[in-house]
Amino acid sequence: MRRALWILAVLLSHWRRHPMQLATLLIGLIAATALWSGVQAINQQARNAYDRAAAMFGGVRTPMLVAPDAATFSQDLFVALSRAGWPVSPVVEGRVQINGRSFRLLGIEPVTLPAEVGNAPRLGASDLRAFVAPPGQTLVAPETLADLDATEGAAPQISSGARLPPLHAQPQLVPDVLVVDIGVAQRLLGKQGQLSRLLIGKAKGKPGPLASVVGDRLQRVEPGAETELERLTDSFHLNLTAFGLLSFFVGLFIVNSAVGLAFEQRLPMLRTLRACGASARMLNTVLVIELVVLALAAGLVGLVCGYVIAAALLPDVAASLRGLYGAQIPGQLSLRGEWWLAGIGISIVGALIAAATSLVKAVRLPLLATAQPQAWQQAQRRWLVLQGAAALAVFAIALLLLRYGDSLIAGFAVLAALMLGAALFLPALLEIILLVGQRRAKGPLALWFWADSRQQLSGLSLALMALLLALAVNVGVSTMVETFSRTFITWLNGRLAADVYISAPDNAKAVAIRSWLRERSEVQAILSGGRAETQLEGQPVELLGLPDHALYRERWPLLEAAPRAWTQLVPGNAAFVSEQLSRRLGLRVGDVIEIPAPGGSWVLDIAGIYADYGNPKAQLAVNVAALIRRFPQTPQTRIGLIVPRDNIPGLITAVQKQFALDDRSVADQATVKAESIRIFNRTFAVTGALNAFTLGVAGIALLTSLLTLANSRLPQLAPLWAIGLTRSRLAAIELTKTLAVALFTALLALPLGLIVAWCLIAIVNVKAFGWRLPFHVFPLQLVELVAVALLASLLAALLPVARLARMQPADLVKVFANER
Amino acid sequence: MALSRRAFAQGYAGLGETADGFAPVTPGKVFSFPADHGPHPDFRIEWWYLTANLVDARGAACGLQWTLFRQATEAGPQREGWANQQLWMGHAAVTRADTHRFNELFARGGVGQAGVDAKPFAAWIDDWEMKGADSTDDRMLAPLTLKASSTDFNYALTLQADRPVVLQGDAGFSRKSERGQASYYYSQPFFRARGSLVIDDKTVDVSGQAWMDREWSSQPLDPDQTGWDWLSLHLSSGDKLMLYRLRQKDGKDDPFGNWILPDGRAQQIFAADIQMTPKGWAEVAGRKLPVEWQIAIPSRSFTITCKPLNPAAWMGTGFSYWEGPISFSGSHDGVGYLELTGY
Repeated sequence: MRRALWILAVLLSHWRRHPMQLATLLIGLIAATALWSGVQAINQQARNAYDRAAAMFGGVRTPMLVAPDAATFSQDLFVALSRAGWPVSPVVEGRVQINGRSFRLLGIEPVTLPAEVGNAPRLGASDLRAFVAPPGQTLVAPETLADLDATEGAAPQISSGARLPPLHAQPQLVPDVLVVDIGVAQRLLGKQGQLSRLLIGKAKGKPGPLASVVGDRLQRVEPGAETELERLTDSFHLNLTAFGLLSFFVGLFIVNSAVGLAFEQRLPMLRTLRACGASARMLNTVLVIELVVLALAAGLVGLVCGYVIAAALLPDVAASLRGLYGAQIPGQLSLRGEWWLAGIGISIVGALIAAATSLVKAVRLPLLATAQPQAWQQAQRRWLVLQGAAALAVFAIALLLLRYGDSLIAGFAVLAALMLGAALFLPALLEIILLVGQRRAKGPLALWFWADSRQQLSGLSLALMALLLALAVNVGVSTMVETFSRTFITWLNGRLAADVYISAPDNAKAVAIRSWLRERSEVQAILSGGRAETQLEGQPVELLGLPDHALYRERWPLLEAAPRAWTQLVPGNAAFVSEQLSRRLGLRVGDVIEIPAPGGSWVLDIAGIYADYGNPKAQLAVNVAALIRRFPQTPQTRIGLIVPRDNIPGLITAVQKQFALDDRSVADQATVKAESIRIFNRTFAVTGALNAFTLGVAGIALLTSLLTLANSRLPQLAPLWAIGLTRSRLAAIELTKTLAVALFTALLALPLGLIVAWCLIAIVNVKAFGWRLPFHVFPLQLVELVAVALLASLLAALLPVARLARMQPADLVKVFANER
Repeated sequence: MALSRRAFAQGYAGLGETADGFAPVTPGKVFSFPADHGPHPDFRIEWWYLTANLVDARGAACGLQWTLFRQATEAGPQREGWANQQLWMGHAAVTRADTHRFNELFARGGVGQAGVDAKPFAAWIDDWEMKGADSTDDRMLAPLTLKASSTDFNYALTLQADRPVVLQGDAGFSRKSERGQASYYYSQPFFRARGSLVIDDKTVDVSGQAWMDREWSSQPLDPDQTGWDWLSLHLSSGDKLMLYRLRQKDGKDDPFGNWILPDGRAQQIFAADIQMTPKGWAEVAGRKLPVEWQIAIPSRSFTITCKPLNPAAWMGTGFSYWEGPISFSGSHDGVGYLELTGY
């Protein structure tokens, strides 16, 4: 034990003499742990929120009975099943509008609600009476209370004119859901005696077969392992995870180069220790202990940084998830103990992986071998060939995945394989470029420049690989975001056809507003819209009512359309489907679909497919008059107006004054557009932030590699100095070299980045969001990125080069006197 | 969901709550059947409570319980559908010397999941039911069929009787305290039961005697009263005896009884004439319960000792209590049921 401590002290003395190396090692570990655990924290937070939503009052976590056409069914089936011993609890569900905002109204029956229904809010004993007995209660999340701008006990009015039971806050509830007693919900939704589904609790007996009680009127749905929300948001989290992983590996590159260098430099020390009688096992154990201690310390700091990163990104992530998928994530970060343990664990595991080659070398260390501080650079050629072969193998995997893979994971795997292959291939490629340069070089100094760059390659290659990856990802992601941004704005212009949008609080008020508007001379057209909800092949689908107006015909963003598509829409037997829906269900123009409607199913021809970016819900667009005929309950509270530009502000003020409407209820096109673009930009703020982080980590990798190389490069530089090159000249050459290599890397990153962008747009986006964007290249952006890369390299190289320029001649002379 | 259980427990354990708006229990009610077999929604609580002392083909004793409780959350006219203010709770149990199984169900009134019809008689909650037929005699409330099931037990019985139901207390008015708390109470103690009992998928044929209590009230307990010890006894002579003791916070308890002759005539027995003494205690569910009793009614030369078939007959339901078959010997012998609440 004592001996081990002495060995540890000796080993640690190295770091005292090379604090920069220690800093490098720690920075690498901290960076790796911080980004990884930050991303994990965000993902965990989101998953918890999905779980909460899923478990709420028997979401998909509870087995249930539903009607085969997913329509409502008679309450008598509930009674029949209960009387047959089925442990069922009825639920009715629908949507209501309050002040133009749509909420999910859930009617539950608390007495039969299965106890095992997840983390359903527990009503207090005396609350049962308050919840069930008139006037009852509306349970809402505190966030919803705030959204409604209401206090507990208030009874807001819904669009049908009826009032909700008094509001009552329940912290466990998810936002945007109103929970009321089943009888109240049936009344509010106009579904008297109707149920949406039956939750199945733990059996209290041995009920007979389902079919013997209800025939084929109900079917059992087993609890899904994955919720719809989880499925939808998977891509987003995979995205984050991919960034986290990338940063983690870039961090490990840093650790690897720091540990490798430290090990090379400590070889003589290790040999001396062995010669003094320390066993190889003891030495190795102490080396591992040293590494674990460092990893522990760095892991803790990394976790704190990770927490800060997660807390900083969470509001944007929450906004993205809300905008993209309608998923509600609390903005306050809460972490479990496992997260901290996992973070420390990943730091230690990462450090051990990064140091594995060095540790293996230490085990095999021959006692009497001579010091070979340059040993790792000797086998360069063989190593390049091997790595090149590995790169080709990885490319082959990427191709196979591209050919045969069909999932989102496969899409990401293609990306990962492409980038890994490119990174592995980079040193070989640079070697070829430098070799060509060397062949063409004239004059001894130029020749040396190229040859020395080649010699330096193996030492810098890890950092360059990191830079390549970071740049490629950057190019890829910014190309995708820019593409999306332009497509989105064009699309938005098409979608927002009306000049002014009004959302009336209820139908009666909407009628009054319409008749008032008809009297206004500046109003050129009043366009009505409407939304209803239904199902298609068991999935919830939003029905959007489109007015029959020339403006819509001109601008509505149809991707594909049958001839005379708009004319087909008018009689009410045709529909347009959103791109997401068409991809998910494989629908094409000309197909026929059938959806449940209150008066019987509705058969629709698909006349077109339209882009519906950013909508988490699958959508069908039909003629609004037909929609109201088929779904008479549809609130007709949305009104669009065509108004000459100059009359817009005056009209808005007049409407607001006349009908006491707030800013949220009346908006002009520009405001709506600005709001949409703001949400859109926020969606990609996280991507941008992670992008910057990754590039930053790559910059650090480059800096640390250059710093660690700087010392070992003295023997190469000292002879040149001795021949007569000034230190500043030498420094300039060093700087040029670094920048040249960085430039090559950046130039190589461009095509790789474009391939990444293509993968993101053509594979990942389609799988993740259900839409495919046209692929654009933005040259200016690429030039900008190359400049950023060079700037980062310049900054990274500046410190070691400045040191060289100011190095004492005595230090350079020392090179010739030293062992080396 | 836990809330319903707790709410129910509160309702039953807190029987002393004021009877605001509910119908009062007053002496002099004239019972009318079959109407009074049905629910009395104007009163706060009500139950249909059946216990049976049975033996299987090999002579092994067992017991079963079937109970339907009704509680009104609010007084006033009955509302339709889900807005109905009645809550229903069912308890079923079987007890053998080596095992005690129980289950409970909850339901809301107004939609048909649970309820009671007077004619033809039917009391049900989910698939548990106590049901009459066209041949059911209104005065005897017989014959009936009875069934209940759970994951680890179920039973089905037919119940026959040849004597009318018996009014308890003073012509069906059962006074529970000096301050006027009371209930309407009648019983059918003369049921002969026959049927099958399934425990862990093993079916046995059983037969024996059963006792049904019908009771409703708006405020049967005084706030000082903490619980009751209640017995129904089938004497081998053919006589029946109902006894209970309401425990008070001050330690005083008021025993009360009703002796039912084999011909159905009932005679009240008052506190001064009853000695109920706990003799043996059992530790069940973290509670100490008097499961063995010595009971004496000197005026009738009646002195018996009761022992439980299974001391662990704890009903670990939302509203929990001890309820199990007993046997007794002494001056008289026979079988019966013991109920201990408020422990």
